[in-house]
Amino acid sequence: MLYREAGQFKTNYVADSAIFPLREDRIGLALIILAAYALAFFGSNFLLQAVLIPFLVFSLAAIGLNILTGYTGLLSLGTGAFMGVGAYACYKLMTAFPGVNVIVWIFVSGFFSAAIGALFGLPSLRIKGFYLAVATLAAQFFLQWCFIRIPWLVNYNVSGALDAPLRTLFGIPIMGPNATPQTRYLLVLTIVILLTWLASNLVHGRIGRMWIAIRDMDLAAELMGIRPLQTKLLAFAVSSYYCGVAGALLVFLWYGGAEYDVFNINQSFFILFMVIIGGLGSLIGSFFGAALIFILPIVLGIVLPAMLSPFGLSVGADVIEHLRFMIVGALIIFFLIVEPHGLARLWQIGKQKLLVWPFPY
Amino acid sequence: MDMLYKVFIEPFVFMGEAPDLLIQTLWEGLVSGVLYALIALGFVLIFKASGVFNFAQGIMVVFAALILVGLYEKGVPAFLALILAALAMLVLAMVVERVVLRPLVNQPDIILFMATFGLTYFLIGFGELIFGGNPREMITEQLFLPQGTTEIGAFGGSIRLQHLDIAAAIIASIMIGLLAVFFSKTRIGRALRAVADSHKAALSVGISLNQIWVIVWFAAGIVALVAGIMWGARSGVSFSLQIIALKALPVLILGGFTSIPGAIIGGLIVGVGEKLGEFYWGPLVGGGVETWLAYVIALLFLLYRPQGLFGEKIIERI
Repeated sequence: MLYREAGQFKTNYVADSAIFPLREDRIGLALIILAAYALAFFGSNFLLQAVLIPFLVFSLAAIGLNILTGYTGLLSLGTGAFMGVGAYACYKLMTAFPGVNVIVWIFVSGFFSAAIGALFGLPSLRIKGFYLAVATLAAQFFLQWCFIRIPWLVNYNVSGALDAPLRTLFGIPIMGPNATPQTRYLLVLTIVILLTWLASNLVHGRIGRMWIAIRDMDLAAELMGIRPLQTKLLAFAVSSYYCGVAGALLVFLWYGGAEYDVFNINQSFFILFMVIIGGLGSLIGSFFGAALIFILPIVLGIVLPAMLSPFGLSVGADVIEHLRFMIVGALIIFFLIVEPHGLARLWQIGKQKLLVWPFPY
Repeated sequence: MDMLYKVFIEPFVFMGEAPDLLIQTLWEGLVSGVLYALIALGFVLIFKASGVFNFAQGIMVVFAALILVGLYEKGVPAFLALILAALAMLVLAMVVERVVLRPLVNQPDIILFMATFGLTYFLIGFGELIFGGNPREMITEQLFLPQGTTEIGAFGGSIRLQHLDIAAAIIASIMIGLLAVFFSKTRIGRALRAVADSHKAALSVGISLNQIWVIVWFAAGIVALVAGIMWGARSGVSFSLQIIALKALPVLILGGFTSIPGAIIGGLIVGVGEKLGEFYWGPLVGGGVETWLAYVIALLFLLYRPQGLFGEKIIERI
């Protein structure tokens, strides 16, 4: 009897339209957020640096793509490039105006990405489905080419790479070689929570309903008075904003420096996997997808050798890498067959079961 | 003004001054265009018969070539290896039908698309596990593919034709011709077209969908094998060949997803367009435009004609 709807009455419209109408849900969410912050102080550096920071960054990118693909129904294969735009914009802004706090620039860099995203979203009114996916590939390859060929983007750096300069907040280094994983994790966590909350409000409000209407049946939506081009462009812009911020976080708060190659086509596919496995049209699914696709290979890399060693089999790092590819590929197919609506649907089923437990229905 | 001159006048002056270079570039574009078309053909076959956008076509090209070369290196005679590679594609077709397509029937397109992504990853891991990830040479001599070059003196210069390219163009053309005959004249071909038109109607007249899927995936596998041999002979067999396979996507866009002639013409346009662009306009922006020019051409073309050259016009009704 952990989880009961009975007895929780709503006496006004605000309470009735709340995103988490149940008290248990709100408490659970608060506990998860508290635990996430607590991890910064109890987690080891490896856990923070190699698992949690990238997990949060990829979750943010997955939320961005989910807004476009899951909520608006526009398939995109150019996510990696839009992340790159954010990273390069952030670098240019940071180095051009070192006096302004870097956190401002992280948020502002998303707007550059949003503008580029909306530009490449322009054909979306006429092109649909897989045709649009290939059109976004044009963005992917064109932008990646720009990252290589325009040395101005990296301030004519001879190595052609982005590197995180030292930046501080209240005198504590948050970026650059001296920043500890703890401070970077806390910063990433705060940004991700903030943007997730914003996305949650967006998709549950008027704009989100417009997106969903376009996804479900664009002609009917148009007849109801939703203007398709503006709505689709807005989806492209918001989605690219999230991807851009994720890209800036990826380079400056996770890697600490990167080359153009980070934003290649595989990155785009990787994030698309997360969205599909996690669940199209679900914010929490973005987190689940990122966890499965990113953390699973790490776990496999640790578990597989341990499982095989009792049989006297020692496997090389390359074999594990190949097995990882095979297992991830097989898992994708497995999940699609067993639960095409993604992990978010499993979560929903689990909550539903808890709500009626101990009765079957 | 200077920039405008460089973009709009100078390349054409250059083309007029050195026609041999122009013809050389056109020839190279045509050859790679035919090979793009061959890869795109694999996509079209599967999309036509089952509505699945098969992302794994690119890796199938690599995988087929890898089996061929890998078996040869293990001591299997070249032609036996060729037959075994074809058989492996048949097995792959059956496994895909049984494991992926059958349980996912009636799911939305994007789910099937993602399933082929999973297949791609699986095949990459599987291929590397068995044959290793190192790039290797295609066995051109053992398969009696011609080598060497011919120089033809003409147009105030000389044009170099690689024998392999000529062979590739001929083989690809034969392949495309055979597929066209197969589709229009044989019983199975007619069944395939029926399935493409409507799954339900085809089922109701007694056409087995499962069988048809195995056949199209096998046909796509054979196309992938031929494309793998040809590309492998030009640039070696390695997993980076996948990127070339992605080039088939703008080809598809230009031609329309469901049209075989579209794939061929789209392939030629993309091949010639990107070679001309790279050679004459590339230097203006520092080169490397080959990586994205095809996509941008496709994108601009789509704005004018969203269903591609020969694609079925999408009519929307409420």
